[in-house]
Amino acid sequence: MMQWETVIGLEVHVQLATQSKIFSGASTAFGAEPNTQACAVDLGMPGVLPVLNENAVAMAVKFGLAVDAEIPETSLFERKNYFYPDLPKGYQTSQMAQPIVGPGKVEITLDDGSTRSVRIHHAHLEEDAGKSLHEDYHGMTGIDLNRAGTPLLEIVSEPDMRSAKEAVAYIKALHAIVTYLGISDGNMAEGSMRCDVNVSVRPKGQAAFGTRAEIKNVNSFRFVEKAIAFEVERQIELIEDGGQVVQETRLFDPERDETRGMRTKEEANDYRYFPCPDLLPVTLDGAYVDHQRALMPELPSEKRHRFENQLGLSAYDAGVLASSRAMAEYFEAVKDVCGDAKQAANWVQGELSANLNRENLEIGDSPVTAEQLGGLIQRVMDDTISGKAAKQVFQALWDGEADSADAIIEARGLKQVTDTGAIEGMIDQVIADSPVQVAQYREADEAKRGKMIGYFVGQVMKASRGTANPQQVNSLLKQKLDQA
Amino acid sequence: MAIEHADVLRAAHLARVGLGEDEATGYVDDLSRILEMVDQLQAVDTQGIAPLAHPLDATQRLRPDEVTEHNQRERFQACAPVTEGGLYLVPRVVE
Repeated sequence: MMQWETVIGLEVHVQLATQSKIFSGASTAFGAEPNTQACAVDLGMPGVLPVLNENAVAMAVKFGLAVDAEIPETSLFERKNYFYPDLPKGYQTSQMAQPIVGPGKVEITLDDGSTRSVRIHHAHLEEDAGKSLHEDYHGMTGIDLNRAGTPLLEIVSEPDMRSAKEAVAYIKALHAIVTYLGISDGNMAEGSMRCDVNVSVRPKGQAAFGTRAEIKNVNSFRFVEKAIAFEVERQIELIEDGGQVVQETRLFDPERDETRGMRTKEEANDYRYFPCPDLLPVTLDGAYVDHQRALMPELPSEKRHRFENQLGLSAYDAGVLASSRAMAEYFEAVKDVCGDAKQAANWVQGELSANLNRENLEIGDSPVTAEQLGGLIQRVMDDTISGKAAKQVFQALWDGEADSADAIIEARGLKQVTDTGAIEGMIDQVIADSPVQVAQYREADEAKRGKMIGYFVGQVMKASRGTANPQQVNSLLKQKLDQA
Repeated sequence: MAIEHADVLRAAHLARVGLGEDEATGYVDDLSRILEMVDQLQAVDTQGIAPLAHPLDATQRLRPDEVTEHNQRERFQACAPVTEGGLYLVPRVVE
């Protein structure tokens, strides 16, 4: 059977987190009453002129620097012409021939911890359109133009991805970059990141690309994976049945997990781009670019390398912890309090992540603060409490029982008993109370004794309500039982 | 370069300009003459000259990222043919 290779390229639209629109002073806040944030410029009223938002430019430049891209000295705005009621001007102001961000590259991390590079073709600034509401308004369509003019950065990749997993890793990497930079909230559910996915298949080993289909508006990591999986299977089946893939735009239907061809008119793609006469060329000199560079925080890939090389974490741990800015900052705060990166990493990825997942919370919403978790880890490291008790303390912190691990340890009497005399006292009591088991133990051979001692350890731990140091209990028990 | 009748109809459709068959015939001639003039310009050697993006020798001024426009929905919608619940209503868009 023929082996197929998938080729994927992505266009990701990132909504930039500016206060006002790209060409007007109207607010970009999400969720306002319809058309209350659409001003004369956004509505395309006669006689208005666009003025470019400096923050949108700064954000685009920061993104470019984060992906090692060239920032050309001059970039241009053009008009992309098409008619649709949610586009009041009859054109979208966008960039084509001279975008603000030139070729770059993004490092992606796959599930097995391996990394690879995806090339960025370019990224350009443009304005978003409004929203069409297709519910029935007496046979008409409702238009809300609040979103019209919201700044978007469209990031166009090269067709460098070879599987749905790589595509998802790429989007996650972009998501991490834009949220680290603070240039977008990255909220996919509210449409802050939207993807168009270009998918084609070709026989393995063939150099030429197959004909691609473009899947529009795929709005979650999961949908990207599902849409690609469906589309790849559809194309392979089509070709194997003797058919041909048609270059077309398709829509992903998340309810049925399938993509469907859109009915598009032939001329729909004749956008007749031309330079926008209302906007002058944008020039950015080296000093400006350097200034933006100086304002950038440490980026996910830099953090990952530092976690790995300076803190001694595994590649996998470093990748998970650096995947979001909130997670990385939480981890570093825990590490600073407890003084041990590995312990901090284990707790953040273990107990904390399990609890967050279970309750569907983001790390920013964690009821346990980094200071509290760091304090708890300190008590494990200095042997104040056992690992088992630590889980109890964590749960109590999670439930808001007290402000600090120390307060919970005190209130619940979880302090580990390491005083040999006290432990010996408990052991003597257990031995005195279990004559039958003691006799059996002493008759058994060495191999069996190893298993049988568990019973005694359990009894002593029970008597100490879990506070005795288990290693100590074990060795003292062995001494006493083996004596006779 | 000469253009055909069909080109005129297609351009009219793209620009959503209502043009009758008869009118189109006149435009074939007019537009062809404009294109002939463009052809003359094509004869100029422009090698090594960057395309002009804007006739003004100036660069774009930037605006501080501040909200300066506030809600004037009622005024804007006063001239709209149909509105409902704050939405502009338009003939149904079929995808």
